[in-house]
Amino acid sequence: MDFLVVNFAEILFYCLAVLTVAGGIGVLVFKSPVHAALSLLFTFVMVAALFLLLHAELLGAVQVLVYGGGIMVLFLFVIMLVNVKTLAPEQAFLSRLAPLAVVAGVLLGVLIAFALIFGVLVSGHGDGTALRTVGGAEIGNTEAIGAVLYTTYLVPFEIVSVVLLVAMIGAIVFGRRSAGLEIEGGGGES
Amino acid sequence: MIDATHYVVLSLILFCLGLIGVMVRRNFITVLMSLELMFNAVNLNLIAFSFRLSDLAGQVLAIFVITVAAAEAAIGLGLIIALVRLKDTVALDEADVMRG
Repeated sequence: MDFLVVNFAEILFYCLAVLTVAGGIGVLVFKSPVHAALSLLFTFVMVAALFLLLHAELLGAVQVLVYGGGIMVLFLFVIMLVNVKTLAPEQAFLSRLAPLAVVAGVLLGVLIAFALIFGVLVSGHGDGTALRTVGGAEIGNTEAIGAVLYTTYLVPFEIVSVVLLVAMIGAIVFGRRSAGLEIEGGGGES
Repeated sequence: MIDATHYVVLSLILFCLGLIGVMVRRNFITVLMSLELMFNAVNLNLIAFSFRLSDLAGQVLAIFVITVAAAEAAIGLGLIIALVRLKDTVALDEADVMRG
């Protein structure tokens, strides 16, 4: 029975990995931004499932909520807003920067080879119970992350809130119609 | 259980897919999507090592990465709106005001 459970996790991983990579390739090859966005959403959900396999239950939920919910709605909203269909289609796909893409492909091969050769360094697997234990008491992954986040990583946590505030103000400034962008643009075009 | 190596290789593939997307696509929206793909690869790597080392630091760092990715998406999409207002296009090549 134990053997069956272990095999099930492996089968699940390979299925999810293939689907994740397929979704990532879809983001690259779909011409329509809406199709690419939906492919990206599929990738996000698959990565969330991989997080669950890695005993990161909170991160899996956050992934679905923040990426699948927030960021994806932002992308689709902008795609609808700018009405990409009326804009010129993308003709130069894989043309000018194709050498760079080839370099990236070679880099990918080399990196995978390195990862497989030196994979022995990270091979094996940890104990999932350590990821949901606080002070010797085994509770949940969420509680464990909270206990670490609000003690050891309190300063980065506060700094990230400032980052979010700045990003919010920046997005509002960029999105404003009367931000003087038109004036500068008119000067640049002449 | 799966070796952490498998997850590292998978995140490597995802990261390179995102890198290729950032380099070859001209559509600003698709470039941002490829960037999100790279963020996801980084998160997967962090969580894989968190699992391998039985250390929660990786998961906490992944939460920070997700936060910054959300901020980056908001800024990037605001930039798209500004670019569309200015040039009526989402092609990155058209954003050449500062070209000498």
